[in-house]
Amino acid sequence: MSETLVQVEHLQQYFPGGGYGKNKKYIQAVDDVSFTIEKGETLGLVGESGCGKTTTGRTLLRLYEPTGGRFVFDGDVIFDVEKKIYTHMLPYRKRMQIVFQDPYASLDPRMTVGDIVGEAIDVHKMAANKQERYELIIEMLQRVGLNSEHANRYPHEFSGGQRQRVGIARALAVKPEFIVCDEPISALDVSIQAQVINMFEDLQAEMGLTYLFIAHDLSAVKHISNRIGVMYLGRMVELADSYELITQPLHPYTKSLISAIPIADPKAAKASKRIVLEGDVPSPLNPPSGCRFRTRCPYADEQCAQEIPKWREAENNHYVACHHIDRVN
Amino acid sequence: MSEYLVDIKNERLSFFTPVGEVKALNDVSIHLKEGEVLGIVGESGSGKSVTAYSLMGLTAHPGKLIGGSLMFNGHQIDQMSDKEMRKIRGNEISIIFQDPMTSLNPVYTIGNQIMEAILLHTDKNKAQAKERAKELLELVGINEPLKRLKQYPHELSGGMRQRVMIAIALACEPKLLIADEPTTALDVTIQAQILELMMELKEKLGMAIIMITHDLGVVASMCERIAVMYAGKVIEYGTADDIFYNPRHQYTRGLIRSIPRIDTKEHERLIPIEGTPVDLLNPPKGCPFAPRCEACMKICLREMPPVTNFGEVHYTQCWLNQKEEMEKGAANE
Repeated sequence: MSETLVQVEHLQQYFPGGGYGKNKKYIQAVDDVSFTIEKGETLGLVGESGCGKTTTGRTLLRLYEPTGGRFVFDGDVIFDVEKKIYTHMLPYRKRMQIVFQDPYASLDPRMTVGDIVGEAIDVHKMAANKQERYELIIEMLQRVGLNSEHANRYPHEFSGGQRQRVGIARALAVKPEFIVCDEPISALDVSIQAQVINMFEDLQAEMGLTYLFIAHDLSAVKHISNRIGVMYLGRMVELADSYELITQPLHPYTKSLISAIPIADPKAAKASKRIVLEGDVPSPLNPPSGCRFRTRCPYADEQCAQEIPKWREAENNHYVACHHIDRVN
Repeated sequence: MSEYLVDIKNERLSFFTPVGEVKALNDVSIHLKEGEVLGIVGESGSGKSVTAYSLMGLTAHPGKLIGGSLMFNGHQIDQMSDKEMRKIRGNEISIIFQDPMTSLNPVYTIGNQIMEAILLHTDKNKAQAKERAKELLELVGINEPLKRLKQYPHELSGGMRQRVMIAIALACEPKLLIADEPTTALDVTIQAQILELMMELKEKLGMAIIMITHDLGVVASMCERIAVMYAGKVIEYGTADDIFYNPRHQYTRGLIRSIPRIDTKEHERLIPIEGTPVDLLNPPKGCPFAPRCEACMKICLREMPPVTNFGEVHYTQCWLNQKEEMEKGAANE
């Protein structure tokens, strides 16, 4: 029986969006998002820019203070906004880490790679002396396919793919159990993306890691994830096993998202029919009432404007939030 | 006059930077007939954008054309002065840039920016130009065009701005539209809208398109011909079917293999291309791909391979292909 490592309930993250007093507005970046991740599992999170997938990852690590919801990590409550429980994060930072999107901006240009990786080791006092610290750093660099001579170099001396490896080594240095991968491959060239994806898989097998893998590239997410969650404008609209989600999507948004992916195969591309959505994503400052997708949904009706669709299990382990699944399918 | 709309022959272009000469384009030949769609794919720094920009006479400062000839629609682009070039640019050739957020001028209205191209290249007066700008916005699928003409770029979303860029590019009904990663900065659902629009407009107006992208999926659905570039060279060229179903160069094969497929049930491990892209300041002596190539031979490290033809269109630059074809030829005799 597998164990649940990450349990998120009704996560909410609102940012102040201008205005004072009664007129104060909020950007509803994440609203009522719930999911669980088993030990050793990879959960993919996809959606368009501004849908709240990055915010979800960052809020879990308390890089933002959550405005609502509950997060239980391996049985310990990390935060519970309703009960006003906020755990001291330092011991947990060792167990949860993050790999950022942009390998050019997320490494301090004035620190050597060795120090970037070593900083985490220092903070958590993981090395007894200098020698041990050095050995740990080299071990991490080798794990991600770099070698000991790289430790004395600065980030600008590396290519994008190598920098992303440094970012991963930094996250791994504290031997975490759970890593939030925030678009770790989207800044890389196609031929390098496959290298990094393979490395994530190898590390997971070796170290038993659990990933929350955030990306907008559905084919990469499908490749690496066991299950995939689809977000739209701050809400989760569908969550299912990755193969099932791709082949039998239930939510109209997921359907159009999948059909919009350009297929690298000319015959299949000509044969497939795209469902092209009209219009743009509405502003999270003032999201549509009821179902947030209704303004672009071909199936929307009066009910969609009135009621927020319930998050329910439509099929075995296949969750969806839509009023009209029967009509859509 | 040549049969091609675009005929680039043996183009060489270098950037003379303080640290040395960067050979951005090394013997590039590309041709394109009227109404055709050509895709140029490659990684960052492979020279795909530089090729297209040089065709518009837009090579940035330390860059210099040092060889080859560029013909477009009967004009010898490489011999033309800036003044002559200005008459063609935006008129016969237009370009859509990658980033719609930065390529529009934030202090002019949308209408102003569309009308600029019309007033510059035609003898329409202001009222007629405005009328034409309104038509163009309708053409690219923007609703309430009269209201939009008065708006500024920051008031529009990314997808809308890219539509405006396309409207500007099409203002004078160009013969050739260059699209430099037109959808890279956009979300997939918006990308689908823009690609659909471009194909529709191509049918309507019959212009040729050069589509520059790193996304093989985008070229698969749009392009008839595809050029694969690596380190300033076209290493494989062919029809879409040639490239996707019968790729011959190891790099093209690797590129196609390394894309995760969305429709497989079993978990297949990706096969990446090992190594890192070339440093163009110190390119390897022989074939630029040799250090990353699985099938690298001794000669690959010494000399640049010649062109191997597999038919009328399809060709590669690879010693392995050269060897295979020679062996095949010998066996036939």
